[in-house]
Amino acid sequence: MRSIIYLCIGIFFGIVLFKSEAASWFRIYEMFQFGSFHMYGIIGSAVGLGIVVTQFIKRYKVKSFYGDNITILPKDKSFKRYMYGGIIFGLGWALAGACPGPMFVLLGAGYLPIFIVIISAILGTFLYGVLKAKLPH
Amino acid sequence: MNWIYQPWPWYISGPLIALVLFLLLMVGKGFGMSSNLRTMCTLCGAGKTTDFFKFDWKTQRWNLLVALGTIIGGFIAANFLSNDTAVLMNPEVITDLQSKGFIDAGNAYMPDFLFSNEILTDPKGILLLIIGGILVGFGARYAGGCTSGHAISGLSNLQLPSLIAVIGFFIGGLVMIHIIFPLIF
Repeated sequence: MRSIIYLCIGIFFGIVLFKSEAASWFRIYEMFQFGSFHMYGIIGSAVGLGIVVTQFIKRYKVKSFYGDNITILPKDKSFKRYMYGGIIFGLGWALAGACPGPMFVLLGAGYLPIFIVIISAILGTFLYGVLKAKLPH
Repeated sequence: MNWIYQPWPWYISGPLIALVLFLLLMVGKGFGMSSNLRTMCTLCGAGKTTDFFKFDWKTQRWNLLVALGTIIGGFIAANFLSNDTAVLMNPEVITDLQSKGFIDAGNAYMPDFLFSNEILTDPKGILLLIIGGILVGFGARYAGGCTSGHAISGLSNLQLPSLIAVIGFFIGGLVMIHIIFPLIF
């Protein structure tokens, strides 16, 4: 039953990403050209409402649908890994025009070359795992 | 109901993404698509080479199901919920892209230049997709999250690390579009 819920959340997310055009290479390019408010509106309104939802859940210790406590693990304090990692991610995001969510959406939408991007992203993740100890964190 | 077949405006889409975050929190999970890339490494046997990939992938089964759902959602949206998927961008951006060789800008969802099936025989195009993918995968894990984990759920949790990461995303994106793109297109 829970498996079906996760699958349905994913299906809903995929539909929203495709229909919002957030999965379009063109919209990402336009965003970095400051050509339209569209992407900023999507991210801004998602974060604005996300803050309300997240802070409400934390403040009032809302229980999950299954009655468990909801814990949101904070990220470790650091600067380098987030800045360096973020810049590397941003370079790829703009070039491929897709971040990890939209990659899966585009595969489903039938853009076969995105498969190359997904395999490469898995390879990039593997490279990070191999080099992790040598990188500044 | 005709609006469903049109592109969805930001003030519908953004709140719906917040709803996805809410639903994931309420089922006791978190929002983070790039974690799946790590799980896939583990599924491919990467745990034999590096401790980073030594974990029980079954603890991430739920997230793989979300990713599988995302693929299905893309299929449904593209095939059953869209009449015309052309992305109507800012006309100036369309002109700019067409001058760079993206002749279908304004008439398509993805540029043929990088995402038509003909690209599979074009070494330059394949190379660009491979480099883009590697950077996304490497950067996401280095930064500890991607657009969903940092920009949406991290900022919603008012985490400073996520703000730093998102600023990094934008520095990288702006460098790629404004400095590197003119060199390669």
